[in-house]
Amino acid sequence: MNFDAPYTIYILAAYGIGFVLLGGASLSAWRDWRRVSGAWARLNGRGGRGS
Amino acid sequence: MAAASAIKAIHQTMLRAAQPARFVELSGMLIPWVAALGAAMFVAGLVDGLALSPPDYQQGETVRIMYMHVPAAWMGLFVYALVAGLGGLGLVGGHPLAFAAARAAAPLGAMFTAVCLITGSLWGKPMWGAWWVWDARLTSMLLLLFLYFGHIALSRAFDDPRRGDKAAAVLGLVGCVNLPIVKFSVDWWNTLHQPASVMKLGGPAIDPSMLWPLLLMAAAFKLIFFALWLVRTRTEVVGARLRAAASRSRMEGER
Amino acid sequence: MNAFVAVLRRDLLLALRDGAGTWTVLGFFAIAVAVFPLGVGPEPQVLARIAPGVLWAMALLAALLSLETLFEADYRDGSLEPLLSGALAPELLVLAKALAHWLATGLPLAIAAPVLGIFLNLPTEAMPVLLASLLLGTPVLSLLGAVGAALALGARRATVLLAVMVLPLSAPVLIFGAGAVESAQTGLAATPSLLILGSVALVALAVCPVAAAAALRQAVE
Repeated sequence: MNFDAPYTIYILAAYGIGFVLLGGASLSAWRDWRRVSGAWARLNGRGGRGS
Repeated sequence: MAAASAIKAIHQTMLRAAQPARFVELSGMLIPWVAALGAAMFVAGLVDGLALSPPDYQQGETVRIMYMHVPAAWMGLFVYALVAGLGGLGLVGGHPLAFAAARAAAPLGAMFTAVCLITGSLWGKPMWGAWWVWDARLTSMLLLLFLYFGHIALSRAFDDPRRGDKAAAVLGLVGCVNLPIVKFSVDWWNTLHQPASVMKLGGPAIDPSMLWPLLLMAAAFKLIFFALWLVRTRTEVVGARLRAAASRSRMEGER
Repeated sequence: MNAFVAVLRRDLLLALRDGAGTWTVLGFFAIAVAVFPLGVGPEPQVLARIAPGVLWAMALLAALLSLETLFEADYRDGSLEPLLSGALAPELLVLAKALAHWLATGLPLAIAAPVLGIFLNLPTEAMPVLLASLLLGTPVLSLLGAVGAALALGARRATVLLAVMVLPLSAPVLIFGAGAVESAQTGLAATPSLLILGSVALVALAVCPVAAAAALRQAVE
């Protein structure tokens, strides 16, 4: 890719937005799963960290 | 005969896989592989799209936005059809997993539609000289995003989650009927008001050097969606079990 | 059929006795349209240019305002459940209620629109098309609104939810309705837009009662 070409900033911004939204969706999906599975494990007394 | 029994066997396997406990187990095995493959395709698509593929003879380097923009648009439409289909399946068959899968997929579809709109805007500014044009495609994608908003809001608007699932499923199906009409009306509206500035790829046929990164990114988006969808559906399933367990223990406490 | 007429009569009588519904909607329509000259400025050409879109968009919002009450009262006082299991098929019940809603709001809106068109300097040639497009389009808004109102029964923040659901779905009506008036205004044939609006109305007539009935059934479940 030629970074000296015009409009490079638009291309980088487009890819940046894609990363941010995909990354945000991945992080929140993973965080929700950790929370729910942790609660489930505690409820069943397996590998419970908090209780 | 053999084919019929094979179909029956596959059907039974799928039904077994759709049992909540089995689903959590199966998806747990599947997710790392799908996610890893999706990430690998994504990196390959990025390298091909940003470095290896040539700039367009008309659009120059900005054509590279396409490799983010077009797969996101495809996913936005695909996920809407998926959400509507899952909702219909849930309404007819009453299987809770279908509703859980629909609830897990809808925000992801909205996310892809948003990526499509934002990257499209960033592509439009250098190419058309405007961040936003009320062009047929842009308008129908914006309306699709609003349909997602309605679906997500409705599915969460009730104290009883079952009620929200069913209402959102009805809305999804109505939206499915309406989507072609919206598309058609917007196309017609656009030709009335704005004959110019219709988005085109450089000619009818796209060069293989640009088709490859596009297909790689499309496959990557689909795999990443699939992995996230599995994770979120699994979360919904276990979350429903947690709620059931909580209400059970509440009832025991009252007794 | 008798049950259909009975529901229609009951809803219309309620709307008439109350009276507030129709007049509130008309009042909102008039005030919302009158806001535009204040914001855009009084130039007759500019106002005539935006008149079709403004009239149609504000009629859409005015119709939307009155939708929340479509099933709400029956749902809350518990009369919806016996109505649904009564002699009348739920789809026809929806149709009767949507028709009553249209007679109480859509029809008055359509009749009032040409008067407001005068204020916006809409040319006289476009008036019949404005009336025709609203007569074809407002029933669709009532039908789509019936689906939205049935889905939002008992939901939190039902009013906003209703708007979020119904507005994107009613985009075709807005586009073809305003499009018809605009073509008449610029001397083009309005018939194609009106025909498409009519076919959209037929699709809505076929789909919306079924969807709204499904939504009502699971609301009283």
